[in-house]
Amino acid sequence: MILLETIVEPVAATGMYAHLWLMIAVPALSAAVLLLAGRVSDAWGHLLATAAVIVSFGVALAVFTSMLINDPGVRRVSLPLYTWFSTGEWEFGVGLLVDQLSILFALLITGVGSLIHIYAIGYMAHDARRRRFFAYLNLFIAAMLVLVLADNYLVLFVGWEGVGLASYLLISFWQHKPAAAAAGVKALVMNRVGDLGMLIAIFTMLALFGSSSFAVVNAGVAEAPGFWVTVMGFALLLGACGKSAQVPLQAWLLDAMEGPTPVSALIHAATMVTAGVYLVVRSHAIFELAPIAQTAVVVVGTVTLLAGAWIGCAQDDIKKVLAGSTMSQIGYMMLAAGIGPAGYAFAIFHLLTHGFFKANMFLGAGSLMHGMHEGVDMRRYGALRTAMKVTFWTFAMGYLAIIGFPLFSGYFSKDHIIEAAFEHNLVVGLCALIGAGITAFYMTRLMLMTFFGERRWDEGVHPHESPKVMTIPLIVLAVFSVGAGIVMNNWIQGWLEPALGVHPHELSLVPTPVGLLTMAVVAVGVALSWFVFGRGPIPRVAPATRNPITLAGRNVLFADQANGLLFTGPTVATAHAVDVTDRVGIDGAADGTGRAFGGLSAMVRRVQSGYARSYALMMLFGVLAVGVVLILSQLG
Amino acid sequence: MMNPENYLILAAILFSIGAVGVLVRRNALVAFMCVELMLNATNIVLVAGSHIHGGLDGQVATFFVMVVAAAEVVVGLAIIVSIFKTRRSTSVDDANLLKL
Amino acid sequence: MNPAMVPLVTGAEVTFWIAAPIAILGALGLVFARRAVYAALGMAVSMISLAVLYASMDAPFLAMIQVIVYTGAVMMMFLFVLMMVGVDTPDSVVETLKGQRFLAILAGIGAAALLVFAVGGAVVNPPVTTIEANAARGGNVEGLAELLFGRYVFVFELTSALLISGAVGAMLLAHHQRVTPKKRQREMAADRMAAYRTSGEHPGPLPNSGVYAHTNAIGAPALLPDGSVAEKSLSQTLILRGASLDAPALAKVTNETFAAIEAVADDDEDEE
Repeated sequence: MILLETIVEPVAATGMYAHLWLMIAVPALSAAVLLLAGRVSDAWGHLLATAAVIVSFGVALAVFTSMLINDPGVRRVSLPLYTWFSTGEWEFGVGLLVDQLSILFALLITGVGSLIHIYAIGYMAHDARRRRFFAYLNLFIAAMLVLVLADNYLVLFVGWEGVGLASYLLISFWQHKPAAAAAGVKALVMNRVGDLGMLIAIFTMLALFGSSSFAVVNAGVAEAPGFWVTVMGFALLLGACGKSAQVPLQAWLLDAMEGPTPVSALIHAATMVTAGVYLVVRSHAIFELAPIAQTAVVVVGTVTLLAGAWIGCAQDDIKKVLAGSTMSQIGYMMLAAGIGPAGYAFAIFHLLTHGFFKANMFLGAGSLMHGMHEGVDMRRYGALRTAMKVTFWTFAMGYLAIIGFPLFSGYFSKDHIIEAAFEHNLVVGLCALIGAGITAFYMTRLMLMTFFGERRWDEGVHPHESPKVMTIPLIVLAVFSVGAGIVMNNWIQGWLEPALGVHPHELSLVPTPVGLLTMAVVAVGVALSWFVFGRGPIPRVAPATRNPITLAGRNVLFADQANGLLFTGPTVATAHAVDVTDRVGIDGAADGTGRAFGGLSAMVRRVQSGYARSYALMMLFGVLAVGVVLILSQLG
Repeated sequence: MMNPENYLILAAILFSIGAVGVLVRRNALVAFMCVELMLNATNIVLVAGSHIHGGLDGQVATFFVMVVAAAEVVVGLAIIVSIFKTRRSTSVDDANLLKL
Repeated sequence: MNPAMVPLVTGAEVTFWIAAPIAILGALGLVFARRAVYAALGMAVSMISLAVLYASMDAPFLAMIQVIVYTGAVMMMFLFVLMMVGVDTPDSVVETLKGQRFLAILAGIGAAALLVFAVGGAVVNPPVTTIEANAARGGNVEGLAELLFGRYVFVFELTSALLISGAVGAMLLAHHQRVTPKKRQREMAADRMAAYRTSGEHPGPLPNSGVYAHTNAIGAPALLPDGSVAEKSLSQTLILRGASLDAPALAKVTNETFAAIEAVADDDEDEE
């Protein structure tokens, strides 16, 4: 059993911590300036935005440093900013909480964010609305930092909605494309379903504890009724599913690839989609007391990791393969987060390494698209390893990291999760293991189709390497993809211990039996992929197939159709029914009343002839009536 | 001394005739004269009342009614003349601007 | 009521039974006369009858006022305005408003019935005639004067303001503001010539009325050389009133005379 008392109480902010709010305020201010200043800031807007994120990163780094220097007992720091509103007994403050967990997130967000900002300077160089793009990116950074630095669920929810907004704005950034506009709306709507869960969870907390602060909730959950704890667990899981594109709310993520590639890298690979994992880990106290909800997290994670991998195998669009892969990897994290105390640190570990290597690969994909005239179909790629050397090598680092090649970052983080899964449950462990094999299969397929084989380029396409402003972030991220795992492997458990209340267990660099098994499965996956895609020519058009597995993968597991059948259809039918009721029933009644009055008026109107004599006649009758009444009352 | 009710009945009859005249005659001048007739009918009542009760106040009231009627006739006729100038008609039915 | 006085027929009663029917007849004439002038005459008759009734009720001052103010001033003003707006056309008897006449008569009967019914029981006090009241103040005129300049002096003064306002209001209403300059003889002559140019209207004076063998009345139309009637030789008012004479009938005598003379001349020629 975990020991709740090991979670130390936060201490008041002093020194560097007192400037914590700058981390959020700088990008938020920059976004406001860029959006309000208008075209004036076109010339320097991207530089300001990038500088803002770098400043933010600097603050995060300074806070992290002072945390490292400080005694572990005072690493959990709260910074109340002001009282948001207070009604009756309830008082909601806006406060920041920085601890070992959130500072890692802050570093990832600002660090990868800075690199992606720099990259986007080159990527969006020819876009007329670049300044707006950077404003939205800054807005996203600010909102994401609010999300991870909040000290209560309500403020977290503000950040949660903020990133949702930024995600919507950025997915449909190229709004002239109907597909992009629709994808933005789709992401927004599906996230609303998850937000419903978040709201239910927050309302339940307020009803139970009278506060949504992490400290109060964590302290009070032990005495709370079991049923309501389970409700909160499921509601939070629903919120996490929506934001992290987990089954059953996964359908929006692939469409979200309509957004510019830096957006896909930042929001839909490295940071925002992992917010669900953060939420589950942050709410570990709730999940540990709600075993059913915890099991549900494991099931969701397992299903998603297989579903994402399945989709990744069948797509030809390079970004959609990576999106499927993102789903799958987040599935791993959810799985780890659901396993319980044994998995939290690994979930966060994988989250961080995934943030590096997936951002690396997405940016690499962007670089490829940049060289291939915005083409995303891998069947029109091929033999790009010579044409775009830097992109190839950095991408290869990401590739080796994600399949778990020994000593690369993914090797450590993913193997730990698979091991923990085997310890938790054999079926889950086997699924995670198979997932690793499939990951190796589709990532190898991606590499082979993109960088090897013969040229299948469209006419007039001349691949060229991207400018330095784009390749340097790639190189930096590639370095992290390689080295982040080995650096953090032995450190992260101990670091997160005070925040999560989990004692670390020993890890060795020597592969365990499960690790060896994983390596074997990965090798099989790679070999199988080479066997299928590496030997012969690849058709430029996807071959027609009747294979249901392939068809399901190509159609994103028919998620849209399922959603349409299960939700959209009934909703539209209900709307039609309501519409008909409104028009026939309510409008009929209202219009009927109106028409009745109109008809009556048309009849009464005849009385108003406009002739003074008829009015005089009416007056005389009125006088007579009054006289009669007076006389009758006298008689009475 | 005769029954004073007779005066009142006479006044009622004259008043009613005047009222009917206002309602049926379209010539503004005739209608106006009918209004004067109604005023005169009330004057009879006032004088008869004065006669019955043995005071002079009813007669004073009649005097004031006459003065007011004179002033009213002046203004009313001026209105009829100005309407006639603009519309070339004294029919009350022609001035039906009360209708939209 | 004093039972002793019932069989007596007083002068006032005789006056009432003579003047009241005349007043009602005058009122009916006012309502039913088709021509406004006749209506005004009926009104005047009714008002004079009322003056007689006032006199019989020991109110000589009011009787005089009734004659002077109403019959004299007010009715004269009515007739004056009638003259201004034209006395030519009799009113149409066709009622344009549906049901108006029937309902108006119904309302009138209702009003009469209501008033009679209402005043039926109103007179309860034994009558004290005005004679005593007049005598107490040394006469009717003196009594009224005492009231008017005593108790009612403020109201009396107010009536002066009312009369002044009435006079000013009437002036204001009847005053015609000229918006275009008045046409002089030169312009009128130019207009006439312009009308002749465009519509062929004769610029000269209108033709005189006709002169016949035994009439030269203003209502006799002139004949044009071809024997047809000259429409413009008659006043429009006369035509509307129906006062125009039949020209062919008038000319008939002349034509017969001419024919007879010609017949005699023919006989003479035959004889030769």
